[in-house]
Amino acid sequence: MSHKEEFTLKINGETKVFLAHPMERLLDTIRSDENLTGTKEGCGEGECGACSVLVNGKLVNSCLIPISQVASSEIETIEGVANSESLAPIQKSFLENGGAQCGFCTPGMVLAAISLLRDNPAPNLEEVKTALSGNLCRCTGYKKIFESTLICSQMEDQQ
Amino acid sequence: MRNSTSTLSMTTPEDLSEALQLLADTDKKWIPFAGGTDLMVQLESNLLDGADFLNIWGLFELQGIEESDCEVVLGALTTYSEIRSSEVIKSEFPLLYQAAGLTGAKAIQNRGTIGGNIVNASPAADTPPALLCYDAELLLSSSEGQRWVDYQDFHTGYKTHALAPGELITHIKLRRGQEKKFNFYHKVGTRNAQAISKVLFCLMVQVNNSRIEKFRLALGSMAATPILMDSLRDAFEEQEFGSDLIEKGLSILNEELSPIDDIRSTGAYRKKVTLNLFKYYMEKIYVGLGQ
Repeated sequence: MSHKEEFTLKINGETKVFLAHPMERLLDTIRSDENLTGTKEGCGEGECGACSVLVNGKLVNSCLIPISQVASSEIETIEGVANSESLAPIQKSFLENGGAQCGFCTPGMVLAAISLLRDNPAPNLEEVKTALSGNLCRCTGYKKIFESTLICSQMEDQQ
Repeated sequence: MRNSTSTLSMTTPEDLSEALQLLADTDKKWIPFAGGTDLMVQLESNLLDGADFLNIWGLFELQGIEESDCEVVLGALTTYSEIRSSEVIKSEFPLLYQAAGLTGAKAIQNRGTIGGNIVNASPAADTPPALLCYDAELLLSSSEGQRWVDYQDFHTGYKTHALAPGELITHIKLRRGQEKKFNFYHKVGTRNAQAISKVLFCLMVQVNNSRIEKFRLALGSMAATPILMDSLRDAFEEQEFGSDLIEKGLSILNEELSPIDDIRSTGAYRKKVTLNLFKYYMEKIYVGLGQ
């Protein structure tokens, strides 16, 4: 048994202190300790992207990161994407264009799309496909997800 | 997924010097832990129980890509995403640039590191064949000192390597050269994204007036380690590029390759695909030379 240690993380803009074992997965910190269950566990080995979050602005699989490696980092989860008033443009675009069906992959998909649009505000279809290739969806066949992302990129206030 | 990570420990050193001092305590079962994209998956097997993980992710000395006139040196913690953003890698080491883009998807590329890809020592890893084609050298550091080794001599068998106890790969060196080269990287997998390869084919040929000055063929998933085909290099360099050479190469490959059957493919398929890729790309070069 390892000793628990204190880790300070900023999650969706709020500073939080966690007492955790050093190899606790960031995914478990988010879901179990912080009760933010929008982030999903699919495969648990970095293949499916359901657990995608942003760490210091970079897209990562939270199932593959121990909490020790994100001490003092800024984490963005799906719960931080909308503000209290309204959904983010990418969320609206997923809703309006049929980008979500069962919803399990959607939080990861939305974060992967946000990560893409921050780096490349006007992607083409191939770039969208590449950017979302680490996120698996078993419902949609992807077409509507790609369209949702492309349509969002054409909106004036995409972010 | 394993039930609990509460039995596992991780130590985070402040800098490289502290990391090397910790590694020098060889009574501990140290496993350096970089981006974790391989190690976190291996935790599930319980094979790593009892390991003392050394968190090297934050070590600034091992980060970044440095260019000088003659060489490019990558810190061992350079991620695939950083390789993809590097102009010098894109223009002068296109095999490595392509390999980095074919490793996992964006979330993996943001965490996976070149040093980790080497030390994990998978024969199916994407970047090693590119490093073999470019005659990469590795800087191995310990609390006692440093030494450079040729990457070609690093892998000694399946999942075994030349690191001595207490040593860490800190840098990877690539020599620059402005010559026109033919570079072909071809990954054969089950799907385009996120797949682990059945065959990795990596060819770098430098020709001057139809004379072959440099010839490197490196393969992944074809043996217990990533392999560089020395016999082809020895048979082809200083020779005129001709169709007879392609036949000769095929016969050498046919004789020397004996890949295994495993969960991802069969040995017979791997060998056939490799021979076909060799013929295809060598003919492409032949045509490119206008012969």
